[in-house]
Amino acid sequence: MTVVDTVRTRRPSGPLRLSHLDALESEAVHIFREAAAEFERPVLLFSGGKDSIVMLHLAAKAFWPERVPFGLLHVDTGHNFPEVLEFRDRAVAEAGVRLEVARVQDYIDDGRLRERADGTRNPLQTVPLLDAINAHRFDAVFGGGRRDEEKARAKERVFSLRDEFGQWDPRRQRPELWALYNGRHRPGEHVRVFPLSNFTELDVWQYIEREGIELPSIYFAHQREVFRRGGMWLTAGDWGGPKPEETPEKRSVRYRTVGDMSCTGAVDSTAGTVQEIIAEIAASTLTERGATRADDKLSEAAMEDRKREGYF
Amino acid sequence: MQPLTPSLTKSLTQSRTQSLTQSLTQPGSLLRLATAGSVDDGKSTLVGRLLHDAKQVFTDQLDAVERVSRERGLEGADLALLTDGLRAEREQGITIDVAYRYFATSRRRFILADTPGHVQYTRNMVTGASTAQLAVVLVDARHGVVEQTRRHAAVAALLGVPHVVLAVNKMDLVGYAEDVFAPIADEFVSYSRALGIPEVTAILLSALLGDNVVEPSQHIDWHPGPTLLEHLETVDIDGEPASSAARMPVQYVLRPQSPDFRDYRGYAGQVTAGVFAPGDEVLVLPSGRRTSIAAIDRLGEQDLEAAGAGQSVTLRLTDDVDVARGDIIAATERAPRVTREVSATVCHLADQPLRTGDRVLLRHGTATVKALVDSIDSVLDLRTLRREPGPQTLQANDIGRVRLRTASPLPLDDYAEHRRTGSFLLIDESDGTTLTAGMVGEPLAGAVH
Repeated sequence: MTVVDTVRTRRPSGPLRLSHLDALESEAVHIFREAAAEFERPVLLFSGGKDSIVMLHLAAKAFWPERVPFGLLHVDTGHNFPEVLEFRDRAVAEAGVRLEVARVQDYIDDGRLRERADGTRNPLQTVPLLDAINAHRFDAVFGGGRRDEEKARAKERVFSLRDEFGQWDPRRQRPELWALYNGRHRPGEHVRVFPLSNFTELDVWQYIEREGIELPSIYFAHQREVFRRGGMWLTAGDWGGPKPEETPEKRSVRYRTVGDMSCTGAVDSTAGTVQEIIAEIAASTLTERGATRADDKLSEAAMEDRKREGYF
Repeated sequence: MQPLTPSLTKSLTQSRTQSLTQSLTQPGSLLRLATAGSVDDGKSTLVGRLLHDAKQVFTDQLDAVERVSRERGLEGADLALLTDGLRAEREQGITIDVAYRYFATSRRRFILADTPGHVQYTRNMVTGASTAQLAVVLVDARHGVVEQTRRHAAVAALLGVPHVVLAVNKMDLVGYAEDVFAPIADEFVSYSRALGIPEVTAILLSALLGDNVVEPSQHIDWHPGPTLLEHLETVDIDGEPASSAARMPVQYVLRPQSPDFRDYRGYAGQVTAGVFAPGDEVLVLPSGRRTSIAAIDRLGEQDLEAAGAGQSVTLRLTDDVDVARGDIIAATERAPRVTREVSATVCHLADQPLRTGDRVLLRHGTATVKALVDSIDSVLDLRTLRREPGPQTLQANDIGRVRLRTASPLPLDDYAEHRRTGSFLLIDESDGTTLTAGMVGEPLAGAVH
């Protein structure tokens, strides 16, 4: 994985009006530096998905030539794609950062969490996440959430205060003005920090293209055994599919988001390069989450409700 | 509400692809704007219409809007549902908090701060306007310029928003009549001029029917002006004048101490104004030490020729001076004044009032210092725009003049000249609540009595 591919090159500074990607990059870097300076124990949530990979890349740039001054945390649902886990470990090794993993499976095994009837493990991540934040006394948690993802996310601050239960209260958010981010919090509270707030899905992909950032293979079109459930193509596997009445078939697909296998759908695609993916997304009439996330379809306010409980 | 026909939805594909084939990496192609309007002026509908007609609404979002509209027994899709994201907002049918929307055309990308317009949410418009390069003030053509319109214009002026658009909505209800539009535009323009707003553009439209938002109206032959979107795409947002004196609040000191960078000591931050170049003499403030720039690095690239406003960079200095987070590196000419006395216009944001004698934290740039509220001199009557002297406290949404004393000196610019280094926050020391947003100096000079 290429974290900083432009090290020690000289580039004419050109016109000082910034392109939109430069403006978004500078803003994200500013946010990373603010949080790293204001908090005692920040951590970056890292799933091996594209948004967290872009965040790690931006963090590496923000603190270059120092190392990234915080570690990573992954909440492993136990139903993650093996290609992504393999990529995650490689990226972590190359970046030379520390990775903590909180496992949903551990909680299910010892009875602290129970498997849901629908087999979806995404909502189960909240408890291990909050436990890890408590255990490590993390006071700032970087997340890859973007405001374009979902309408409850559109209301999210860049520095978003959570109470000692990890809860988000949309009615009690701090106003956020200029580029002055208020990270003050009481003991037990923490702040979620979203450097990619103003990126859209397309911005993320254009940035990946410009920076030559490497991604897990499942983002690119490949042949995969999938089956239809709830209007989505899910990957067949040990996690619980297909059921007898569901028929697996081989299709050319790729993933727009990378999450738990039980609720992340693949899209039909032949896009094999970042450029082809950009063209495909630009033409798509579905949002990223609408196309691929079952958990957001549970109710009109599914994301808002999960965020209130401490989810990202 | 005009029904959303399937053909509209289908044309999505074509337009979004087209926007992509153009390079969006050209300079100046990101516009930040804020919308303001009273409760029933149709602001959510305008934002929904803008997103919809600019082909920025996705099928699944539209499906959700249509489903909810049907469940509520509406005939067509209620475009306002595209933007009201929280449960309470949908339940009450109002916007209660700032939301940020993103859309793109072949010419430009947009970040839209969708701010609630109700008077009790003045603080939210202040929030949205703090980063905006352009504000859209919406009025209902039937009612014209009302108190709330003046309030929105005053907030835009106060926050130094460089471009203001007056959107005269609901023109369909007044027969698209020129003699309705013209007096509203005249009144608003002269009012804005008195406030010191540099540029106003008046656009007439019907958000409900989609007239002149993205598509030119078929009903208006007397109006030569652009559609709202056209204006947003083409308005010149060159930002601050290039002559602006350079500033960079220091965020973080980079000292890698790795074999390759053993003696490296860089001061990381975002340039907030002007241009820095190697060789430039600079001041480190508040200490006032003079040094010069040895080199500029940027996110993995070494030895840049220059760094300008908006760029996150790392400055290396020729002398081994003491520089820390909270300091500001500034051009030697027209440097900020270093002072412990802060005189400012503020908007109070928190529900708990601000009182004379309060001890607070003041956040300016990357510095946080203790401060005392010395006096609250006046509060702005948003109806008459007069300063009423002698308030004991400032309540939520109040705009007033205050004097503060800080525990240590701060390098302060006037907000009217430097938005980033002329602004500050007051914070409650005990629980961290963001109390007040402040603008140093006299941003509404001349307009307010």
